[in-house]
Amino acid sequence: MAYPITYDEYQKNLEKGRFVGLKCKKCQTVSFPPTAVCRACGATALEPVTLGGGGTVKTFTVIRVAPEGRKPPYIVVMVELDEGPFVLGNLDGIQPDQATMDLIGKRVHMDRHLVKGDVYSGEDTYVPLFRPESS
Amino acid sequence: MREVAVLGVAMTKFGVSEKTNLEMFAEAGLEAITKSNVEPKDIQALFFGNCLGGFEEGQLHMAPFAHSELGLPTSAPAVRFECACATATVAIRQAALLVAGGIYDLVLAGGTERATIMGTPLATRTFAMASHAQHESTAGITFPGVFAMAAHMYTAKYGVEFPELKKHTAEVAVKNHRHGALNPKAHFRKKIDVDTVLNSMMVADPLQLFDCCPFSDGAAAVVIAEVNRAKDLVDKPIYIAGMGQAACGGLYLQRDITRVRAREEAARQAYHQAGLTPSDIDVVELHDCFTIAEILAIEGLGFYEFGKGYDAATKGETTFGGKVVINPSGGLKAKGHPIGATGAAQVTEIVQQLRGECDERQVEGATVGLVDTLGGDLGTVCNIILRS
Ligand SMILES: [Zn+2]
Repeated sequence: MAYPITYDEYQKNLEKGRFVGLKCKKCQTVSFPPTAVCRACGATALEPVTLGGGGTVKTFTVIRVAPEGRKPPYIVVMVELDEGPFVLGNLDGIQPDQATMDLIGKRVHMDRHLVKGDVYSGEDTYVPLFRPESS
Repeated sequence: MREVAVLGVAMTKFGVSEKTNLEMFAEAGLEAITKSNVEPKDIQALFFGNCLGGFEEGQLHMAPFAHSELGLPTSAPAVRFECACATATVAIRQAALLVAGGIYDLVLAGGTERATIMGTPLATRTFAMASHAQHESTAGITFPGVFAMAAHMYTAKYGVEFPELKKHTAEVAVKNHRHGALNPKAHFRKKIDVDTVLNSMMVADPLQLFDCCPFSDGAAAVVIAEVNRAKDLVDKPIYIAGMGQAACGGLYLQRDITRVRAREEAARQAYHQAGLTPSDIDVVELHDCFTIAEILAIEGLGFYEFGKGYDAATKGETTFGGKVVINPSGGLKAKGHPIGATGAAQVTEIVQQLRGECDERQVEGATVGLVDTLGGDLGTVCNIILRS
């Protein structure tokens, strides 16, 4: 069975600012990043769906001791997108030292930024980057 | 399925070591074999844990080299396991399953890790490799970062506000350091107070340095045998009453990370097989890689309701004389966390507790103990219930 949306295709979509996931034809559950099997019902009949990019912050942290090759501090957020899936990304528009519990529940909108690869991961990758909806 | 027991157990001192992965494992392995009153030639298989040998020493395929260090017979296969921090517990469970299934009668299982040689930046990078490489690591999430996000979600979900939650999580570190001070094998044998934690460097908000376990070096090993063989060989075999293991995908698929679904399922399996409930457990070695992780674990293992375990350490319920003694060894926090060895050290502690060999940190009258080890970003949990 051909993998429905490969990471390479996901990346090319992100590069263009298109957030393409997969919607289960059986139970309508949306995955993003796209997964080959519906996590809710196990179906593999899925169709591409373009997401609006809106979401709500569910949790976050400020990374102050970073892995080799990354420059701290920066914010990592887990966001629930309006279509249902949770996604991990970074947060822009708020200084790391201003990141407080008020972030949780905040409306955000998804963009993307390019993160440099390292000797292990190889290539540069586009990563979801969120901004507060008001800004 | 045949009944299975643990014979000899051993661990090196955890901390910073000049020894190689193989040298540390040889020390622990030979001690476990000797304490089992057998010889290396009697061992029928090696279930060997190591996570990051490729980065630590440029060494892959370490199991056959560990096998030859120990002088095991060529007829005994040697296999390396890697399940992040749950590695050695998974290796022990696999060993016990194959003994229970009648494939082997006498096996050695355990693990080794030499994490400190990498230094903090590379160690942080390699530990983060246990997050999803494409969809998590790229956002720069770290191992402390995962549990930091769980802590923030916990406080939002249950309405336990900062700084109150911070004080209670700090008490987990204080308790485990107090226990570790009683353990001659522990990485840290220094008592700390709440201020030590709250004044330490921020690592990943809200986790500070003293909320985090250290990078450690060390090895641990246990001998496992069919129960009649075990009774012939040692005075106090410790029986494996129940085991469980479960898996769950990346954080973005787990969603509510205050609930470790893999733990809930693994523990259910272990309690079911043992025919026991949380109230039957006297002593626990669980996965306190971060202070919040101990709180999630005591809830997920059924000792507390969800959202109610956060002040257990503050109330003294998880130390000696409390409701259930959690991490008498000092836990990952103070005993140390050489990831490939951690699970075998947890089993070692529980076996020694059930044999009454723990001196100052002995849990009086302990007859049933539980091991809980979590791998990666909540993706693997393995539980083992042991009884005397
Ligand atoms: Zn579905």
